[in-house]
Amino acid sequence: MISLDENGYLSDASQWTKEIAAEIAKEEEIDTLTDDHWKVIDFLRSDAEKNGSSPTIRRLNKTGGIDTKLLYSLFPGGPLKKATRIAGLSKPSSCV
Amino acid sequence: MKKLLILGAGTAGTMMANHLMRKLNKKDWQITVVDQHSTHYYQPGFLFIPFDIYQEKHVIKKKSDFIPRGVDYIQQEIDIINSGSSTVTLKDGSKLDYDILIIATGSKIVPEEIDGLKEDGWHRNVFDFYTIEGAKALRGKLRNWEGGRFVVHLTEMPIKCPVAPLELAFLADAFFRKQGIRDKVDFSYITPLSGAFTKQNCSNVLGYLLDEKKIKLIPDFDVRQVDESKNLIHPYEGDAVEYDLLVTVPTNMGDAAIDRSGLGDDLHFVPTDLHTLQSKARDNIFVLGDATDLPSSKAGSVAHFQAEILTKNIMNYIAGKELTASFDGHANCFIESGFKKAFLIDFNYEYEPVEGSFPIPGIGPFKLLKETRINHLGKLAFRHMYWHLLLKGIPMPGITAHMIKIGKKLSKGTSHDSKKHCGKNDQSG
Repeated sequence: MISLDENGYLSDASQWTKEIAAEIAKEEEIDTLTDDHWKVIDFLRSDAEKNGSSPTIRRLNKTGGIDTKLLYSLFPGGPLKKATRIAGLSKPSSCV
Repeated sequence: MKKLLILGAGTAGTMMANHLMRKLNKKDWQITVVDQHSTHYYQPGFLFIPFDIYQEKHVIKKKSDFIPRGVDYIQQEIDIINSGSSTVTLKDGSKLDYDILIIATGSKIVPEEIDGLKEDGWHRNVFDFYTIEGAKALRGKLRNWEGGRFVVHLTEMPIKCPVAPLELAFLADAFFRKQGIRDKVDFSYITPLSGAFTKQNCSNVLGYLLDEKKIKLIPDFDVRQVDESKNLIHPYEGDAVEYDLLVTVPTNMGDAAIDRSGLGDDLHFVPTDLHTLQSKARDNIFVLGDATDLPSSKAGSVAHFQAEILTKNIMNYIAGKELTASFDGHANCFIESGFKKAFLIDFNYEYEPVEGSFPIPGIGPFKLLKETRINHLGKLAFRHMYWHLLLKGIPMPGITAHMIKIGKKLSKGTSHDSKKHCGKNDQSG
């Protein structure tokens, strides 16, 4: 049983699989995850594991080498929010 | 003689110099502090300058007045940290060697990171309030402003004092009402996050404030460019927002010397152990305050709590012991909400802000996550505590480096995951 939090993010990050990612992507109206999508998802996941936090759009660009315009075309309507959700991470937030 | 070198004489570096001057044996250790600037700013006070609540005299003092006697103070720019040879090269080419290095070089705004921001409109109708120059320029503009489209904008996290743009918005709303022009102001708040408040507890308690003050929220806005010839701020996706007066918090970054030294991340913040405050690069380099890459808030209260922890760990390190003192991410912030009232929040890596009282459980006098007049008075009184107690490393009554859990409503909606994030994206909750 996969459980989601009130914002639709995975409650338990360890439940993440590629199949679940594809299902969440469909909910976000992304029918097929292409190689470019996976490049973003893989970077998000590896960077989050290394740093204990998911990267910002800037970091995706500067360190991950992902062009911000491309990112928007891959995940239209809030790329970081959608991509982190698909990658099984949690919602980007501040301390208040 | 062994050498302890502190880079930066801001809030964090000054506190460390004061703590360590008392702890280290003066026969064995020489403490040196390097900072290129001569002025110490009380940065939380910048928020009040645009509204003529504080003047320059309230926020400006000489850095050297707070460096204890016996500490060498060198006013010069840092060129590069050579961590391999344990030396620091200064701008004039001279070299300082160290046995222990403490990095406290802080963070600052970098308006150049946004395309078109530092152009003709900069400090004319586009302002920051994170520098004394920006705060004063905004004050000049507001004194004669008759109304129009007022936009408060947050570029990206992490920023110094994450609640500051909200406070600026609340104080501006109160200011416009007092001036009798609030009905002539079309007020928007732009954030790259999903809302003004992203933590459930804060959103539950504080979420109504923007509506109540008739501030239009524009969330999920990633700025691509500012066009100051047309007074437009463009996102990557969606509609541009027009402004007559824009107050923005540009990208915050660590010192350029950190980048030159190869010790920083993509924002020039130094990778640091969450709890011991030792740098990840070298055992003899420690980091505190805004210069770290930690997910704790970039705020004076955090530097204050970290300074107490780091002092213990420096003493542990010198004695060859394990670094047992552990920073818990504790932060404590007042949130000015206008009309001489404020909220107070207290949180750490593990716990989100909750209701309760502070600093004495069950008594207060301050109420957590509640809007009260005494919280506002606390914020104003804090300026005196900052200059007279905090910078000098003198303990503040009842205020502890670790967050106190008793007297707080921790159960409701509070996450127990580790590594709660403030400045960066939260991936634990």
